[in-house]
Amino acid sequence: MTDPILDIENLSVRYRGATEPAVRGVSFSLGRERLGIVGESGSGKSTVGRAILRLLDSAEITADRMQFEDVDLLNASERQMLKVRGRRMSMILQDPKFSLNPIQRCGDQVAEAFRTHVRASKAEARAKVIEMLNAVQIRDPERVYQLYPHEVSGGMGQRIMIAMMLLTDPDLVIADEPTSALDVTVRLQVLNILDRLVHEHGIGLIMISHDLNLVRNFCDRVIIMYAGRVVETLAASDLDNAQHPYSRGLLAAQPRIGGSRGPLPVLERDDSWMQPEVRS
Amino acid sequence: MKPIAVKDLCMSFGAVQVLHDVSFDVAAGECFGLVGESGSGKSTVLRCMSLLQGQWTGEVSIGGVRVRDMPLNDRCRMVQMVFQDPYGSLHPRHSVATVLSEPLKIHGLDRANERMAQAMIDVGLPVDFLDRFPHQLSGGQRQRVAIARALILEPDVVLLDEPTSALDVSVQAEILNLLSRLRTDKGFTYIMVSHDLSVVDHMCERFAVMQSGRIVEILPREAIPTNAARDPYARELIGASLAYERAV
Repeated sequence: MTDPILDIENLSVRYRGATEPAVRGVSFSLGRERLGIVGESGSGKSTVGRAILRLLDSAEITADRMQFEDVDLLNASERQMLKVRGRRMSMILQDPKFSLNPIQRCGDQVAEAFRTHVRASKAEARAKVIEMLNAVQIRDPERVYQLYPHEVSGGMGQRIMIAMMLLTDPDLVIADEPTSALDVTVRLQVLNILDRLVHEHGIGLIMISHDLNLVRNFCDRVIIMYAGRVVETLAASDLDNAQHPYSRGLLAAQPRIGGSRGPLPVLERDDSWMQPEVRS
Repeated sequence: MKPIAVKDLCMSFGAVQVLHDVSFDVAAGECFGLVGESGSGKSTVLRCMSLLQGQWTGEVSIGGVRVRDMPLNDRCRMVQMVFQDPYGSLHPRHSVATVLSEPLKIHGLDRANERMAQAMIDVGLPVDFLDRFPHQLSGGQRQRVAIARALILEPDVVLLDEPTSALDVSVQAEILNLLSRLRTDKGFTYIMVSHDLSVVDHMCERFAVMQSGRIVEILPREAIPTNAARDPYARELIGASLAYERAV
């Protein structure tokens, strides 16, 4: 792969007070592509995302290499990180209800995120925000700008989050379960908007999800994590041919429309899955 | 096994009417689904049926008897509910044994230890887990305890409010298998609220699509793969689920 945006080798994260690391020996690199990280709750997928953004100040993070473009994430000072976070890499969180400030107008929050990183007058920022709200297909951006988060629906809130995160034109976006809190009818809309913007701006995307269907449709490559380790890395189109019993178990456990309706295959966990990955 | 009939169920929170003339029938031993987006009133229907919400009009009857006419204890023995979030629906400082023994005490049932042990076996948990507290259990184990709590009174009807949406697919598979097995073994009638049509397709014979407090269409499960819905909203909902599942 030429020109990786992010290169991670042997990342381990141990939370303070924990005996076992939450993430161990995770390595991957990311170009201008869409990478999915899947696993069950507790598999360490969100921890990887947070470690990349250096949001875990109390955890012990070790790695052989953590390079984001020209920034060494392992040794960068907090001052440097402030310039990176939100500007060059940003994160879309799960639930807009909890990630937007409830007592600030939606538009003002987006503008604030922009003006933190880019020198611009209030009027310029406002114009940029309106343009971006348009780009995430909000029909009446002037009106939505004035609304408070409780006045917008979940799907609209998540589009506002996407607008906020993409406005500074980052190179890397980490989306942590971006649509789990949304209804299925709006889920696809939001994903398509995110997908189009990521494509147009040439952004590297890390999509963290428990939903195999989602990563199959919206990612190029998929990393499957179990108990803090990567058990398998494969192209999203090859997901049905996954080799690892854990990946296969996850796929089989998903009920399908028009499926057999017999008992669903249940995952039989195996201690050997704690071993490092199989590459395919 | 008891059939359920819901007729012209209307319900308001203050000036806002949240359910408009909701009517449907569920055959004895059937699993009936309620789907719709958040805020469409699916959970409220269950809360009205179990009289957790009392200020509704219309008629709900189970086995031919109106729920309003049933004495409290009979009603609770007949209708039990399993909630969405196993982290929120169990008391954090009550052990599993306390959780399970409370309904037995209220209803004055004998052989409490035997019944508790049987309920644990029914939901596939080791009997010695009775001494555990919720924080010592995983999400799937907690949901099993919540199901054990519902079935220990030997109800006829179990109302399932998104029983697996807080769980991983691997754990969801275990819980869905458990619910299917219990339905065959004990002859439960289920009403299952879900936003996931693949779960509804797996579990339910028929389902109702709700939008803004109304049932817009009642469909058999066979209507999902071909999207045979006539109502435009129901078509949109099924279409979105199919598109989501089938790749874009």
